[in-house]
Amino acid sequence: MSLDIFLQHFFNALTLGSLYALIAIGYTMVYGILRLINFAHGDILMVGAYFVFFGTFAFGWPWGVSALLAVAGASVLGIVVEKAAYRPLRDAPRISALISAIAVSFFIESLAVVVFTGQPRPVLQPEWLVSEWQLGGVRILPLTAFVPAMTMALVVILLYIVYHTKPGLAMRAISKDIETTRLLGVKVDNIIALTFGIGSALAAASGIMWALRYPQVHPYMGIMPGLKAFIAAVFGGIGSIQGAVIGGVTLGFVEIMTVAFMPDLSGYRDAFAFVLLVLVLLFKPTGLLGESMEEKI
Amino acid sequence: MKLGTFFAFLAGAALCFCAVGQAQAADLPPIKVGVYLPLTGQNAFGGQLELEGVRLAQKEMPQVLNRPVELVIVDNKSDKVEAANAVKRLVERDKVVALIGTYGSSLAMAGAEVAEKAMIPGVGTSCTNPLVTQGKKYYFRACFIDPYQGAAAATYAYDTLGFRKAAVLMDMTNDYAVGLSSFFSRSFKKLGGTVLATLKYSSGDQDFTAQLTELIAKKPDIVFMPAYFAEGAIIMKQARELGATFRLMGADAMDNPDTLKLGGKAAEGFLHTTFPYDPTMSGMSAEAKRFTDAWKAAYPDKETNVNGALGYNTYFLIVDAIRRANSAEPKAIAKALAETKDLPTALGKLSINASHDAEMPVGIIEYKNGKRVYVGEVTPK
Repeated sequence: MSLDIFLQHFFNALTLGSLYALIAIGYTMVYGILRLINFAHGDILMVGAYFVFFGTFAFGWPWGVSALLAVAGASVLGIVVEKAAYRPLRDAPRISALISAIAVSFFIESLAVVVFTGQPRPVLQPEWLVSEWQLGGVRILPLTAFVPAMTMALVVILLYIVYHTKPGLAMRAISKDIETTRLLGVKVDNIIALTFGIGSALAAASGIMWALRYPQVHPYMGIMPGLKAFIAAVFGGIGSIQGAVIGGVTLGFVEIMTVAFMPDLSGYRDAFAFVLLVLVLLFKPTGLLGESMEEKI
Repeated sequence: MKLGTFFAFLAGAALCFCAVGQAQAADLPPIKVGVYLPLTGQNAFGGQLELEGVRLAQKEMPQVLNRPVELVIVDNKSDKVEAANAVKRLVERDKVVALIGTYGSSLAMAGAEVAEKAMIPGVGTSCTNPLVTQGKKYYFRACFIDPYQGAAAATYAYDTLGFRKAAVLMDMTNDYAVGLSSFFSRSFKKLGGTVLATLKYSSGDQDFTAQLTELIAKKPDIVFMPAYFAEGAIIMKQARELGATFRLMGADAMDNPDTLKLGGKAAEGFLHTTFPYDPTMSGMSAEAKRFTDAWKAAYPDKETNVNGALGYNTYFLIVDAIRRANSAEPKAIAKALAETKDLPTALGKLSINASHDAEMPVGIIEYKNGKRVYVGEVTPK
């Protein structure tokens, strides 16, 4: 394999891995605070991508404006979902909340099929993101750099919120003990709503990136990315933001490099990813960075 | 029975008899051909089009062996059980000598099972799954099976485009894609070309950059990818983004108006196989022209279409077999059907091969200047 080809694979992997990482941090954040696996995460990703589609195609807004409105719209949706489907179950056994999350996921998907129809639709890619850069024998699009950069920026913002702001402090407190936090005068419901708002905004942001890279939207587009990102989050240690980033990027590299080094086995790349997950969990049941409770937000 | 009623019945029967005698020049009883198609339910759209094609053909050739052909039409309601029942009814109650049907492979499989037991020959319209006729003595089809297109694509790439180096990108979890790909590779190699690589992915994958980067490194002239249109469009886009210069070719699963919408500029130069009929085709055969004109006259508000043409062809295929067999005996018809060779039809010269599938030319579509263009036909080698 020549260096050019290897570098091309490297950039492909970095982009895919960053996408997984971005989705995974949304999963991990909600889980870290509520111990709830929000299965609707992938579907909110889809809704975010659709918002951009409608913003640009139906209303003719510029891509940037549509993207911002989509992120805002998705966080509102996340807060509504939390109020309607998770809050009433806060004192119920955890399994009930999990089932409720699955129900929300199916509900959003079915609703999307009814409202948006099942037909895949093309997504607008802003010109400046798809003009080509030629670096030696490697071709990359600005998009290839844009996705990892956005992921890093969002991770930094998220870490800042969680570790350096008052609501972030409250989130970390809730993750340890909801009742005590409430006794200390924190408005727990508001903080949890905020958590879902941020989580959904992240989902929408990743949906928008996903639709830039794979320029199509359809009602089931969130399922596979959601599942893969969930694996990435578990792999990195669910609850840990840094772990989710490492998990996502690793998964992206495993998937791409499997094809790069073993083209004959290209159809089995998911299997390789899962085998890796199983191995990591065998030796570190809490994932790569999921060992101590302190690290969980 | 009261005497009055009895006389009324007699009078009525006599009247009917006279009417029939006057309407039909032939005094022999009609040859009954059963038609079972999905006229309601989820496959109704295709079933209706095919029925319209069958009716058109019957209007054109209402007699064979000096006997009128009577169509007995039953709706199979897009349901497997209904399809089996429909065939049972046609065979046992209506005593048909041959069957036409159906749209939808699973429906055809259910119907063919019953027909096979009853030893009544049947001809499928647009059921492309190989299992429909596999191991059956009495079941045939008027369309080609899916993998046949793979061979056609290879012939087009090698002969017409002059390409010698090909590669394949396929969904390894999909029978359609695997079947087409292996036919493509086999034919391309047999013609003298080289297949540099076969790369795979699984259903639901959206990232093809790794496979495409590998393909680019191998420098093929053409990559065959029998994908569905949605993922096919993503593959086109990613290939162009990565700077691929090879041509991409697909099969009829890409034949969807959305291919162009989703692919955008990346669809330029894309090729795919399809049925050998298109209203815009140049050099239409006399049969295709006759079908087009008849369709336009009968259904002025509906576009001519492949399903209509398949229904139309199926009728002629059976009538031709009856004529050649010189008999309306089911067994003789089946024998004649199996011997069909180079029958001129609306979809080109049609022959029935050893596995009872139709062999005919395959149409090629190319996307040029943002338009879907029917560029011609190719007969697989």
